Amino acid sequence: MKKSLAAGLLIAGALGVVVSAQADSRTRFMAANCAYCHGPDGKSRGAIPSLAGLEKGYFVEQMKAFRDNTRPSTVMSKHAQGYTDAEYEALGAWFASHK
Amino acid sequence: MAFDRREFLKVSAGVAGATSLGALTGCASGPSAGGARPKVVIVGAGYGGATCARYLKMWEPNIEVTVIEPNDFFTSCPFSNTVLAGINNLSDISFTYDFVKKSADNWVKDMVTGIDTAARTVKTAGGNTFAYDRLVLAGGIELLFDKVKGYDAEAQKTIKHAWKAGADQTGVLRKQLEAMPDGGTFVMSVPMAPYRCPPGPYERACTVASYFKKAKPKSKIIVLDGNPDIASKKGLFLAAWKKHFGFGTDNSMIDYRPNNMPRSVDPAKMMVGTEFDDVKGDVINVVPPMQAATICAMAGVRKGMDGKEGPWCAIDYRSFESLHVKNVHILGDSTLTNFPKSGSVANNTAKMCASAIVEMVNGRDPDSAPVVTNTCYSATGMGTAFHVATVFRYQGEKKADDGKVTPASMVAQKGGGVSKEESELEFAYMESWAKNVWADTLGLPENFNYTVKG
Repeated sequence: MKKSLAAGLLIAGALGVVVSAQADSRTRFMAANCAYCHGPDGKSRGAIPSLAGLEKGYFVEQMKAFRDNTRPSTVMSKHAQGYTDAEYEALGAWFASHK
Repeated sequence: MAFDRREFLKVSAGVAGATSLGALTGCASGPSAGGARPKVVIVGAGYGGATCARYLKMWEPNIEVTVIEPNDFFTSCPFSNTVLAGINNLSDISFTYDFVKKSADNWVKDMVTGIDTAARTVKTAGGNTFAYDRLVLAGGIELLFDKVKGYDAEAQKTIKHAWKAGADQTGVLRKQLEAMPDGGTFVMSVPMAPYRCPPGPYERACTVASYFKKAKPKSKIIVLDGNPDIASKKGLFLAAWKKHFGFGTDNSMIDYRPNNMPRSVDPAKMMVGTEFDDVKGDVINVVPPMQAATICAMAGVRKGMDGKEGPWCAIDYRSFESLHVKNVHILGDSTLTNFPKSGSVANNTAKMCASAIVEMVNGRDPDSAPVVTNTCYSATGMGTAFHVATVFRYQGEKKADDGKVTPASMVAQKGGGVSKEESELEFAYMESWAKNVWADTLGLPENFNYTVKG
């Protein structure tokens, strides 16, 4: 009994690693998707703002403001409407931790 | 992001452990299973191939990356219409491969002449053979000159398509436009959709018109469009043609003719034939019909959803692997997708493919519901630009109750679309987009000295 519980925990742990690896690689790609306009690693070479190092709360608020058109934009409203709140959060955390 | 050597070694060592996990789960594909490094061979170093090499190496340094590319340097198709207008020179949109070369274990300047997907090998004109676990084909497009009567090798010396940017195409066409007398006629064509860069021809009409307006204002542009209507950003192009070039008046610089597919060319008479008439020009620019690059046919992947021969390559959106041949991935303009064939899409989907390959060689499944974007700017030549932007989200195959199957797709999300109007701000963004996508594709450092003018 004890043994099978331990084995079960081990398997759950291993699965957890796989799941979080997948979640990380998904966010990693979503962040990389932004690079063609915002620069590699979110570091822009031109007039489009950089994303690297933005505070997470600020990032999420801006995405919501773009989505709701309370912050005027050219392109960003279109992108913001295509992502979910959970994806805003994941991307915000990503760029906050990549300075 | 440039890896320094020490960082690289550190990451490699970390990943060596992870690979054995992949080998244990039995998912490390191909002959290298059992501890050897997975081999990925990438053919073509444009927006798709170069980006894929960079991200593969960044996300999984254990992968042995080989890039096979015939050209010495990268020339951008996006922005090449500004070269025709004299706004930029080709040197402003040409870049060294030196930085992205650091992402490849082997960088081979050569042409691929044969692909054996059973043996998993690629042969080159230089006589070398490269084995792969996964092959990435990023060869862009093959132009079908034989679909236009008279467009033979001799005619191609005079008539340029300039749909693959470079000195022999964009460079020569610019010189022809410069040599054209004021009052001359420039005849250009738009291929039938789907083709590389949907707004490109209409942007070309704009940028060349901007040059004529300044340098030879009595000149005309005849646009022969194979499609029944303007195929991309219609309202914005019409507005720009009206605002800047008199479109819709007797004095329009642009004469737009839909349903006028060029069927023949005659360089001696400087004539383009359509179904209806012969059109004479002082400079002729015909873009022939196109299909996926020849290397895709070599690998047997130039097949539609149904498995029948080409023009484009059907892929699984989650990995960009061919629907018909295992371990062969196709990127960019060669693919059969509902994405526009843009540089942005080639760059972004190359990262989707790289991400999927990294997961697969480590014995994990790729993201089952990827989301990806396209943003594409067009210039008016008058210091302004506009865009189209779309978010695409994966939707798996659907079976209705009556058994009807809707194939898997990337569905355009609501809210996407085009600019309200052209603006100077968007031209600044377009220039920034170019610098950033070039940096992202080619690994150009933050202090890289761009000379391109927006």
